[in-house]
Amino acid sequence: MTLHLRVGFMPLVDCALVILAKDEGFAEAEGLNLELVREVSWSNLRDKLNVRLFDAAHMLGPAAIAATLGVGGVKAPMAVPLALNLDGAAITLSVRRYEELARLTEGDMADTTVSARALAAMVERRKASGLPPLTLAAVFGFSSHTYLLCEWLAKGGLVLGKDIRFEVVPPPQTVEALTSGRVDGFCAGAPWNTAAVAAGIGAMVHCSVDLRRNCPDKVLAWRADDADRRAAAVSKLNAAILLASDWACQPANFGRLAMHLSKPDRLALPADILEPVLHWELLQGAGRPPRNVERFIRFDREALRPDPEHADWILAGMEQAGQIIRSPEMTEQARAVFRPALFAGSGHHT
Amino acid sequence: MRPDLKILIVDANPVRAAIIDEGLREAGFTDLVRIGATNGLVAAIELHDPDVVVIDLEDPSRDALADMFLVSRHVRRPITMFVDQSDSASIEAAVEAGVSAYIVDGLKKERMQPILQTCISRFNAFRKLREELDEARSQLEDRKTIDRAKAIVMRMKGLPEEEAYALLRRTAMNEKRKLVDIARSIITAAEVLK
Repeated sequence: MTLHLRVGFMPLVDCALVILAKDEGFAEAEGLNLELVREVSWSNLRDKLNVRLFDAAHMLGPAAIAATLGVGGVKAPMAVPLALNLDGAAITLSVRRYEELARLTEGDMADTTVSARALAAMVERRKASGLPPLTLAAVFGFSSHTYLLCEWLAKGGLVLGKDIRFEVVPPPQTVEALTSGRVDGFCAGAPWNTAAVAAGIGAMVHCSVDLRRNCPDKVLAWRADDADRRAAAVSKLNAAILLASDWACQPANFGRLAMHLSKPDRLALPADILEPVLHWELLQGAGRPPRNVERFIRFDREALRPDPEHADWILAGMEQAGQIIRSPEMTEQARAVFRPALFAGSGHHT
Repeated sequence: MRPDLKILIVDANPVRAAIIDEGLREAGFTDLVRIGATNGLVAAIELHDPDVVVIDLEDPSRDALADMFLVSRHVRRPITMFVDQSDSASIEAAVEAGVSAYIVDGLKKERMQPILQTCISRFNAFRKLREELDEARSQLEDRKTIDRAKAIVMRMKGLPEEEAYALLRRTAMNEKRKLVDIARSIITAAEVLK
């Protein structure tokens, strides 16, 4: 019997495994009829999952934890039986700000501490000239992107939200926000950095792996009670996604993967923007050649194991960003969101 | 607390915004501001300083709004998503209707309920209206298709209108297909054979 599942996603390269599960037939082979629904905001994904308009959702790990803790909205306990990727984000500034940053850099700009100090110099200079503060955006408040920005800024002694204004801009709006000048830069997942560079608007400063390797990012979230109640459905979807992972790790398939992602009801972006990202080749802009970033984004099986230790980094990030005041119960609840036990039984082969 | 709550309606669809506006006025709320394009939602909130923000779920700036309570230094009063944790039915109804509400800190939930209920019912009414409109539109299209097929049958078989229509209906019944599908086949066939 075919089981129908509705899964919501945001248009990003890191939703690839969910899309492949459907479009390469891995879900069907598991007896699932997947219905994929593109969403416009992370809040919608969270809320529609909570009221069961979705069975599962492509979600930011920190958003799943925030919902579980009831921070920033409805308290909606969630469970993660599998991650969808690790890493894959980057920080992009407008070309103008990037050039300013380059002029203020003393040393090797590829070093995140050096670039953060240059950013601090830019902040100082603007303050001295009476210019408005810089604005940086992340794709959601509760996101690895926010915490990566905080980490980067801290290397230059800067505080996000204090020395630099912070805004939330959903991934598909990042290029427009940079173009209009509403933000000076953003941290977002692929391919939105590449899209900003390709549009001639942005220049990439750092990849997330420059700051942190194996950084938790998107997960597959279920309602916690459903994850317990609907074990068969969870296990089937996991299995389909693991098959998609094996497929997505073969470079011979990248062209086809880019084609799937580019479709109008998926990312609706040209495949030639998407394919280089899958080869870990990133446009940099500002006259620089594309950069090859070893393991820029990870889709391999090992990367998909839900790791309770990720909750520790996420909670630390939430605290640094001023989103929570940590308590021991919080740590326990947040760690319990990641369910390695639900992952262990998935998949036919490893 | 001000006697009348100021409500900001964020909706890119002007017709639906008007329907919500009207509903809220009928419910006794008169201090209303409507905005469409939401690229500067933070700025709009700073400018209008509302007590309540009602926003269409299809609006991508919802995530920015959601973050405002964390960065309330931007706005004078912190804003949070309106959630009555004890009332999961209205959370569900709101999400299903496609609307979400945010309130400034300290607004009592009793004051919020009638606003949310009005928005939910107006969102649903709007959706129903749109569905009815779509249906009427597609019925009209079907009607035209059937008329074209009927004319073809009349011409090719030399039948009067009534009999041509009866033939179409009988064929549909025999083939267990919809009348409009038979009509489409006839039009296609007539074009091929022209």
